[in-house]
Amino acid sequence: MTEGKISPPQRGSAQANPSKPWGDYQIEVIVGYLLRYGVMISATIVFCGACIYLFRHAHEPADYRIFRGEPSDFRTIPGVLQSARHGHGRGWIQLGLLFLVATPIARVAFAVVGFALERDRMYVTFTLIVLSVLLYSLIGSGTF
Amino acid sequence: MTILTFTVAVAIVSFVAGLLGSLTGLGGGVVLVPLLTIFFHVDIRYAIGASLVSVIATSSGAAAAYVKEGFSNIRLGMFLEIATTVGALLGAYLATWIPTTAIATVFGIMLLYSAYISRRVRPPELRSLPPDPLATRLRLNGNFPDLDGERSYNVQRVPAGFSLMFGAGALSGLLGIGSGAVKVLAMDQAMRIPFKVSTTTSNFMIGVTAAASAGVYLSRGYVDPGLAMPVMLGVLAGSLTGSRILVKAETKSLRLVFSLVILVLGLQMLYKGLWGRI
Repeated sequence: MTEGKISPPQRGSAQANPSKPWGDYQIEVIVGYLLRYGVMISATIVFCGACIYLFRHAHEPADYRIFRGEPSDFRTIPGVLQSARHGHGRGWIQLGLLFLVATPIARVAFAVVGFALERDRMYVTFTLIVLSVLLYSLIGSGTF
Repeated sequence: MTILTFTVAVAIVSFVAGLLGSLTGLGGGVVLVPLLTIFFHVDIRYAIGASLVSVIATSSGAAAAYVKEGFSNIRLGMFLEIATTVGALLGAYLATWIPTTAIATVFGIMLLYSAYISRRVRPPELRSLPPDPLATRLRLNGNFPDLDGERSYNVQRVPAGFSLMFGAGALSGLLGIGSGAVKVLAMDQAMRIPFKVSTTTSNFMIGVTAAASAGVYLSRGYVDPGLAMPVMLGVLAGSLTGSRILVKAETKSLRLVFSLVILVLGLQMLYKGLWGRI
């Protein structure tokens, strides 16, 4: 990872607002870690799924020329969970990808909390709007 | 091609795309979809689904590194995400009933436009602009560590930037890309934000924008695990490598490399879209 190599970690807005206990910089750092761990966990799940998938299907032909649409196993959250529980490689990959999609949503949810701690009502409202759009996208389109 | 060779080849290409996407603030998607459709003969809908997922990985993976540098402006990002997420939702719904040739054509135009924008001579960054009343009220102004110490900036023309961001979101949802080019344009040109701040804030926003259309794509069966896996892992590794060299790299040479690749791919996509070879 890159921290501390190019510039000291305390650079940035922290120096500009040293008096604020819950400044933007603190929020950004925590959000940054949240994103990084979220991505790392999902990449690990995807990688595990990839190993199972390649072990079983490595020598089959790959063909993505014609669009068929994924079966419901890979289109809905219950379907993905069931496929992963049965130890299917592609089910695990899809589970990792779902986790990945959840990461920015968690980030926005966390930002709501961060701005609330800062007592920044305007930005609590803004982030809540973004969060509702994200949740609507997931629920409204039938993934859940 | 067997699944093994296909996976390895796609992973390598995705690594390069992720590297380039991260260095230019574009996300890997913009070069990935044309590469997958042109060289790997993947149906554009699968390519878009895989790209969209990788865009989230690029953005989230690199954002963690950028945050440490203090470049990205979280308030600005959050405010503009209102526009990009609503746009992305709209774009994703559009994508499910527009013919693929039309998507390819729009993609081609988008790539050519990105190439043009990147080569346009940029006036030197205007410093010490007066504070804009709306930007001040929204608390969008900020500061970042420049080569010669901490530098503050005042955000300009908020309504114009916000509208452009809605368009960027719609393109992101329609094409499964991060629309970094439009985002950087909105922040660079319209809102007069310093290049490094706009690039990193854009990269930061891309994941949230992509997540807004991801639900639609997943439920419509556009995300194939066998394809999305090498794309996502490759792009992620590439973008993490790219974020390590951002601070040292020259803006000028980055833009040249980026625009040449985009130009060639844009022409190819346009050809495919207009002649129905998709």
